[in-house]
Amino acid sequence: MDINMTLIGQTIAMIIFVWFCMKFIWPPILNAIEERQKQIEEGLAAADKGQQSLVRAAAEADEVVAEARKQATGILAQAHARANEIVADGKSDGVKERERQLSAAKAEIEQEANRAREELRGQVSAIAIASAEKILMREIDSKAHDDILGKLAQEL
Amino acid sequence: MAAESGHGPLTSDAYIQHHLQNLQVCKAESGEWVWNHCSGNFWAVNVDSMFWSVLLGLIFVLMFRGTAKKTSADKPGRMQAFVEIVVELVNGSVKDTFHGKSRLIAPLALTIFVWVFLMNLMDLVPVDWIPMAAGAAGVPFMKVVPTTDVNVTFGMSIAVFFLIIFYTIRNKGVIGFIKELTLHPIAPSFKGPAIIAAPLIIAFNFILESVSLLAKPLSLSLRLFGNMFAGELIFILIALLGIWQLPLHFGWAVFHVLIVTLQAFIFMMLTIVYLSLASESH
Repeated sequence: MDINMTLIGQTIAMIIFVWFCMKFIWPPILNAIEERQKQIEEGLAAADKGQQSLVRAAAEADEVVAEARKQATGILAQAHARANEIVADGKSDGVKERERQLSAAKAEIEQEANRAREELRGQVSAIAIASAEKILMREIDSKAHDDILGKLAQEL
Repeated sequence: MAAESGHGPLTSDAYIQHHLQNLQVCKAESGEWVWNHCSGNFWAVNVDSMFWSVLLGLIFVLMFRGTAKKTSADKPGRMQAFVEIVVELVNGSVKDTFHGKSRLIAPLALTIFVWVFLMNLMDLVPVDWIPMAAGAAGVPFMKVVPTTDVNVTFGMSIAVFFLIIFYTIRNKGVIGFIKELTLHPIAPSFKGPAIIAAPLIIAFNFILESVSLLAKPLSLSLRLFGNMFAGELIFILIALLGIWQLPLHFGWAVFHVLIVTLQAFIFMMLTIVYLSLASESH
């Protein structure tokens, strides 16, 4: 409990330690802390800026999407119109084709009918001639009818 | 412990006395250097206090310097993070209290805080370990907690005291310092008949202010010394209790962790407060 030289020794030790701390310990550590604080501040500001640009980009993207949607709607409407047109075209084409085929078929039928008729006519006339021949064979008196036959033969 | 080794009825007393005795060296009147026969000799040095306080100071300085050298703003390591927490605590306290500009105050506060903390922390080393090891090595006395030595706490508070005076004079001048000591609590009047009372008032002020100025380092050192000495004494008393010391020691150590930290913080905080008072202009 005596007061002695230790007191002065301790004071000297303290002065040396404080001086050392002031010179070599405090400045680098505090510099690092302050630098980091600055970095954090800048980082936060950058993040803030990033956030803002993100918001802006989102708005821009919304705009683009809206524009695209509008365009898509337009394209869709055009496509519908075109499709309708094509369908209508197809319909009229079909009608035309049907008419064409119909007329072709009709012509063919008529042709066929004409041909059949000709044939029939030929046959009928053959039959008529045959039957007429037979009748004539029985009835004919070549002498009596010679003149008619002669005329006929002349006419033929 | 000593109580168990059974040296008779004086054992507890001797044990405590032994634990409270510093290892001293001094030059005797005969001109020889003598160990431990120095009571009353101002030129004695408490070797153990000096050894431990300088050792702990070196631990502080080397630990923090090692970190400061490797310090980087981008990638703080664990050690740097720890050191930065301490530095920020001190820096925050200084900034809150001390409004002037000084390159000294903050490093001073840091040194005081960590150094006093480390010295106080020696109190948590079981009271017999180091003295017994020292005894085995032939050193008769070993007091391991420097802050239980009143010389150590006074040594630090005297440094603070001179800094208080230095800051007062630097900020207010010698005249300002004298004015603060003489004209302060009661302002003497120099006009009319009241001038007769002026010397009396000045003398009264001077006594009052001197006492309050001197009370600063005194209270600073005695507070730390008292707390640590009492804590150490209780550890020693607990060590006398045989097997019962185990739970008691643990309980007191846990409580003492608080005292250790708190006293270091108070010493630092009051230093800052005194110095900020000294450099404030009214």
